[in-house]
Amino acid sequence: MRKTDLIIVGAGPAGMAAAATAARGGAKVLLLDEQPHAGGQIYRDLGVNGDPKPYLGKGYASGRSLVENLGAERITAEFGATVWRVEDGPRVVWSRDGESHVCSARHILLAGGAQERPVPFPGWTLPGVMPAGAAQILMKSSGMLPCDAVLAGSGPLLYLIAAQMIDAGAPPKAVVETQTVAMMLRASKHLPRALLAAPTLIKGLGLIRKINKAGVKRFKGASGFQARQTEDGGVAFVFSARGRKHQITTSLLLTHQGVVPSTHISRAAGVVHEWNEAQQAIQPLTDKWGRTGVSGVHIAGDGAGIGGADAAKAKGQLAALDILLRLGLLSKGRRDQGSAIPRAALRQTMAIRSFLDAAYAPLPEFTAPKGDTIVCRCEEISAAEIRQSLIDGTNGPRQLKTATRAGMGPCQGRMCDLTVRGILKSCGTNPSMPRARSPIKPVKLGELAGLVLDE
Amino acid sequence: MKIASRFLPRPDLGETVTMTLDGEPVTARLGDTVAAAVLAHSGDASRQSVKGSPRTAYCMMGVCFECLIEVDGKPNSQACMIQVREGMVIRRQNGLRDLGGHTDA
Repeated sequence: MRKTDLIIVGAGPAGMAAAATAARGGAKVLLLDEQPHAGGQIYRDLGVNGDPKPYLGKGYASGRSLVENLGAERITAEFGATVWRVEDGPRVVWSRDGESHVCSARHILLAGGAQERPVPFPGWTLPGVMPAGAAQILMKSSGMLPCDAVLAGSGPLLYLIAAQMIDAGAPPKAVVETQTVAMMLRASKHLPRALLAAPTLIKGLGLIRKINKAGVKRFKGASGFQARQTEDGGVAFVFSARGRKHQITTSLLLTHQGVVPSTHISRAAGVVHEWNEAQQAIQPLTDKWGRTGVSGVHIAGDGAGIGGADAAKAKGQLAALDILLRLGLLSKGRRDQGSAIPRAALRQTMAIRSFLDAAYAPLPEFTAPKGDTIVCRCEEISAAEIRQSLIDGTNGPRQLKTATRAGMGPCQGRMCDLTVRGILKSCGTNPSMPRARSPIKPVKLGELAGLVLDE
Repeated sequence: MKIASRFLPRPDLGETVTMTLDGEPVTARLGDTVAAAVLAHSGDASRQSVKGSPRTAYCMMGVCFECLIEVDGKPNSQACMIQVREGMVIRRQNGLRDLGGHTDA
């Protein structure tokens, strides 16, 4: 079997930074990522096809050195590699071009990043409704610009995408924002601390200024989202804002309610997870070095709790330093010494997080929907069906899954775990963590049978 | 119904590949994923859900599995994770999912 010192799963900012730090410290690194190129979603396809499009901005271009550092001698990077199992040993099993591979390592770092929070409302499964981040991926990787799109939801990414669309000459038709005055007031108590992250605040204000200057129509305090298909295949988007009902017809409705850690890999690896109330998300329990309760497994980046790209980079460096200590390649003193710079960077960038979490929290209508709204997209299970199942006596996420099939489709609950949890909570129960088991991505039986485990 | 793409036409495609989508020729940019190429070509549904409702690619990052499509005879291929190739034969998945046991070597 293949052996290496450190396997890193995920080549976003955390994984790339960790790989560089670990390799510099003398560790042999195998870096695996599902996508065809390094960068994760934030720096997706950066460095492919020459210089990035100027409208993607300086933040995107700033990831270039992270990508370039992967050229180091001790780093082997494999792309198109979908990890479907992390097991004791520790060992990692992944699928690539229809064939599975195994590698054992002295240590594993999970850096799988985040996904967009599901935004369920009546009509969110229609063609023409997509997450805003998905549209940004199309801008980064294919140079595709949304046509007359409406951006709806909240969060820093929504403003960034609106600004990028304006700079690209394809401004959104409207920005429909779900944050309320009450949310902003609640968030304002975190502002003094957020001032430590002044550059981020200034950048955010600049984005909003750009949207206003471009004359893009903004609606604030929006709720009651509904979408239906128009006769010509467009989307009629209905919502309320400040007591009035509005309808906008668009070809593309792009929604966003923030991002949440991708936890299938860490849950299936046996790591204990907790509920982060401020971020309304499930996250793994880690210490300040990214160490988990599972021996030989660290987690870094947004997969350990949302902090953004700069935080992910710092967390990746910190985890790598701690792993080097555990591999006997670094003394405790040198680890602590090396941690000063990433620790300070992490503290600075995280200073704004409480403000952002409070100001752009997801609306209850998305975290615990009602009625005909589809919760599980794969199996097409509605909120009403889940609520009825609870009335009928279903107890907890596991029984609910068996009773309704919510979470049993190919996405394995990635699009409904949080919503099911939200509905359970709104019905007065304190739900246990949903389980995730390997294979955490669909693998064909033939591929499993062909897996050779030579000792 | 033929629905136009929900994305603007791209001025500079650079190097391109030609594929077919349900028999119709489609030009894509080399480096596109199948999902991106399909979205750039058409605003129509690319598959139907288990209960028959129209769906298109959604997350574009391998999470949601909404983009499942037939690629070169292989059903349920994750279109957002596969890059386009010259001569690729793509078919939308209309009707119930086919587990493809008989077509898969």
